[in-house]
Amino acid sequence: MSIQETYASLGLSDYEYDRILELMGRAPNYLELSLFSVMWSEHCGYKNSRPLLRRFPNTGPRVLQGPGENAGVIEVGEGWALAFKMESHNHPSAVEPYEGAATGVGGIIRDVIAMGARPVALLNALRFGPLDDERNRYLFREVVRGIGGYGNAIGVPTVGGEVEFSPAYSGNPLVNAMCVGIIRADEVVRAKAEAGEGNLVVLFGAKTGRDGIHGATFASDELTEESEAKRSNVQVGDPFAGKMLIECSLRLLERNLLVALQDLGAAGIASSASEMAARGEVGIEIDAEKVPLREEGMEAWEVVISESQERMLAVVEPEKADEVLKVCERYELDAAVVGRVTSHGELRVLDNGEPIGSVPAQYLADAPVYEREVQRPSYLDEAQRFDPDDLPLPDDYNEVLLRMLAHPSLCSRASVYEQYDSEVGSDTVVRPGADAAVMRIKGTKLGFAVTADVSGRHCYLDPRGGGAAAVAEAYRNLSCVGAEPVAITDCLNFGSPEKPDGYYGLSECVDGMAEACEVLGTPVVSGNVSLFNETERGAIYPTPAVGMVGVFEDVSRHATPGFKREGDMVVVLGGIPRWPREGHPLSGSSYLEVIEGKVAGRPIVPDLAAEKEAADLVRTMIRSGLIDTAHDVSEGGTLVAFAEMALAGGIGFDFAAREIERFADDKRHLQEILLGEKGATFVVTVPQNRWPELQEALSGANIGYDDTGYTGGDRFVVPGLIDLSLEDLRRARERDLFEQHAPEGGHLG
Amino acid sequence: MRIGVTVFPGSNCDRDAMHAVERAGATPVELWHADPELKGVDAVVVPGGFSYGDYLRPGAIARFAKVMGPLEEFAKSGGPVLGVCNGFQVLLEAHLLPGALLRNTGMRFVSRRARTRVEKADTPWTALYGEGEEITLPVAHNEGNYYADEGTIRELEEEGRIVLRYLDNPNGSANDIAGICNEARNVVGLMPHPERVSDPALGSEEGLRVFESVLAAAGAKV
Repeated sequence: MSIQETYASLGLSDYEYDRILELMGRAPNYLELSLFSVMWSEHCGYKNSRPLLRRFPNTGPRVLQGPGENAGVIEVGEGWALAFKMESHNHPSAVEPYEGAATGVGGIIRDVIAMGARPVALLNALRFGPLDDERNRYLFREVVRGIGGYGNAIGVPTVGGEVEFSPAYSGNPLVNAMCVGIIRADEVVRAKAEAGEGNLVVLFGAKTGRDGIHGATFASDELTEESEAKRSNVQVGDPFAGKMLIECSLRLLERNLLVALQDLGAAGIASSASEMAARGEVGIEIDAEKVPLREEGMEAWEVVISESQERMLAVVEPEKADEVLKVCERYELDAAVVGRVTSHGELRVLDNGEPIGSVPAQYLADAPVYEREVQRPSYLDEAQRFDPDDLPLPDDYNEVLLRMLAHPSLCSRASVYEQYDSEVGSDTVVRPGADAAVMRIKGTKLGFAVTADVSGRHCYLDPRGGGAAAVAEAYRNLSCVGAEPVAITDCLNFGSPEKPDGYYGLSECVDGMAEACEVLGTPVVSGNVSLFNETERGAIYPTPAVGMVGVFEDVSRHATPGFKREGDMVVVLGGIPRWPREGHPLSGSSYLEVIEGKVAGRPIVPDLAAEKEAADLVRTMIRSGLIDTAHDVSEGGTLVAFAEMALAGGIGFDFAAREIERFADDKRHLQEILLGEKGATFVVTVPQNRWPELQEALSGANIGYDDTGYTGGDRFVVPGLIDLSLEDLRRARERDLFEQHAPEGGHLG
Repeated sequence: MRIGVTVFPGSNCDRDAMHAVERAGATPVELWHADPELKGVDAVVVPGGFSYGDYLRPGAIARFAKVMGPLEEFAKSGGPVLGVCNGFQVLLEAHLLPGALLRNTGMRFVSRRARTRVEKADTPWTALYGEGEEITLPVAHNEGNYYADEGTIRELEEEGRIVLRYLDNPNGSANDIAGICNEARNVVGLMPHPERVSDPALGSEEGLRVFESVLAAAGAKV
């Protein structure tokens, strides 16, 4: 193999190789080249996305730790804080879905442990191709099994998530996992190898084998038929070892035995050690022969870049090393002193005392940065060309509602989340199925809520608006359980940035998200970028996933979407958006996709001020105890929102006849009201005797509202349009997404 | 009253069990798997989780942990022992209870609320429930499908040793069995998780009486 072929096979470009030569002043050997290849991959080095990520706001009154550490940290109150992060495992899951998803969960849990936090909640955001394709069904089934297989065993509840299906993800599924951990604010650990020279480096956890060698570079390539042949690159997870690693790490921290802690992920010991060294501005030497191995005959370079799972790297003061090893033994984990902190600033790998590779840690941390030209792609004009006035009016709303509720992207997610233990830990206040999961903090009145939201279709049709919409939806979801939104973590899933379409989508989405984060006051505190999500058929939709965390002062004051009582008034309320509006509520809607089979038009561009006003008001009313039932209007519009609330509460719904009569002559407007998606809108209920209080609460605000009907009975009625029993709705919506045959509507176009 | 909670490598409901024990008004005591002693506790809970990663078979390896020797003696001498979920599996492997738990018939992990009926209130862990009382408890397991040979099932039925029964069987258990006890009635195994519904902050306290029962039973004895 020529040198050129060698570095190309490691995913390095000619330009990057030249830069390595220039930095090093000599030709790197294979190990050194491997280090650059992994540390300069998108996954570790953010070489394509770094200039864009700078646009995100990342400070705020509750932010204790922004981006740059293993996870972001926010303050809750009474000395409590939350560490959280979301990360992708798309490429590994495309070739080995069970292990890819399982190790995705394991990896994100270790990021949270590395901050010193106890992991207490997991979420995931998933995208697959349509379920009428056998390979897509296989990927979906195995990814869900993998998430459950790992999360259930390790004892961290999976409390929320998101899944949708679209041809854009055929062959390139998205598997984004998020973890939230709890920690005392003054005990946050940072992964800096400071207090430097003479300290020891301890590796603990599972033994090291030949897993995932060059997995990080693999994760930053496009998927081709050859990827299938790279199967051996995917790591294998062991949740049992993961559980021991949680307990052991927390015990070590509790006893104050560690100077710094870092999880091992992409590129294993090499990447973790170089990150610690670069952050601490010190050097680290690793003795490869001291690493406990699972198999024989491993080369030293393999040992240091292996991605064997369930391992952590710690910096320890020499006099505490024995105690550290003893604690590891108690938890039946392998542990060894594998190196030391030095002053030379290099990451140096030794094999029985012989240096076999040495690179200044700063070089590795300093991946090249590519700023590319932002060029509006040609597909957008075509995709946005759609006139809602050409849309047929539904002739049977009964059928429309049932078909929408039964669609794989809108139906009940119970068949997914019932495979996840959502309650272990005994902190889950609101379980999956609501707008956001609600968790308590034991021994206090405090709590937090967390949601994961994704807007691929919207971003495809309008990347900037879609980016903002994803953040706005997360903000609504937290607000309608009653939590105060604080900050987000994100996972940016995009196609190749080397293609103008791909880079445009990424850049525009980031701008939209950044603007929304700014206006809504929810900075980005951690995240991950996954590029090159392409197959031979093309790129995925631009798909940012937003994981948002909010806090409660009193977690008992929360709301859920299900109707609670017969005879409650059902009120639709929304921020009054600017006019003329940009985009149309039926453009890019679920209705358009499910019923008309089209993904087209320009969706409503979010009015962030209106979003904030409406959401903040809903939250205030929940906190004051005025309302306990709220749901945001998103995919499927108000009609689907009403149906979801009726089914969640097991109580029927009567739409007020006068509301329908008002629009008797304007059927298009009625269609828009019932099925459109315009953002900034909520459905709440209130007992009739408290209706004046609700009006009072709404009167001062710039809010539009309508009392649209009443809860009660066991039917779902919109006069003249819909008359269905709850049982009809339930049969449509409660379907098993894993049934043998492709569900109807699984494929569109 | 002091109630021990065993902790095996891979146990993950141990903290939840201790929390429920505390809520019931007793003092939880951690019983580490490698220590062959029960620290003088008055009752023992073997909590759920994936002891030893469920490798080989759920509960199969935990059964040989050092803490199990004294625990078996304690059980045989009439001490109240409760196994929940994986803990139930451990007690079966240790032959403190008869039968086995197989893969759920749906071949999937099942995590949901299950409606159940308390069949027997004459065990130390169910004393405060009414016989026939219906309660809703969380289940979360892969292997909760109770199985035993016909003779054993008949024996369990005839001797009134089926303590808890599903009203909507989530896993294919024989005779809708959700929990059983031994002949002496002091050892109880439950597949559902009462400890997860023992705190009003989480919306239900329907499981708390399991832990309060053992306090009441002990009080009655004194």
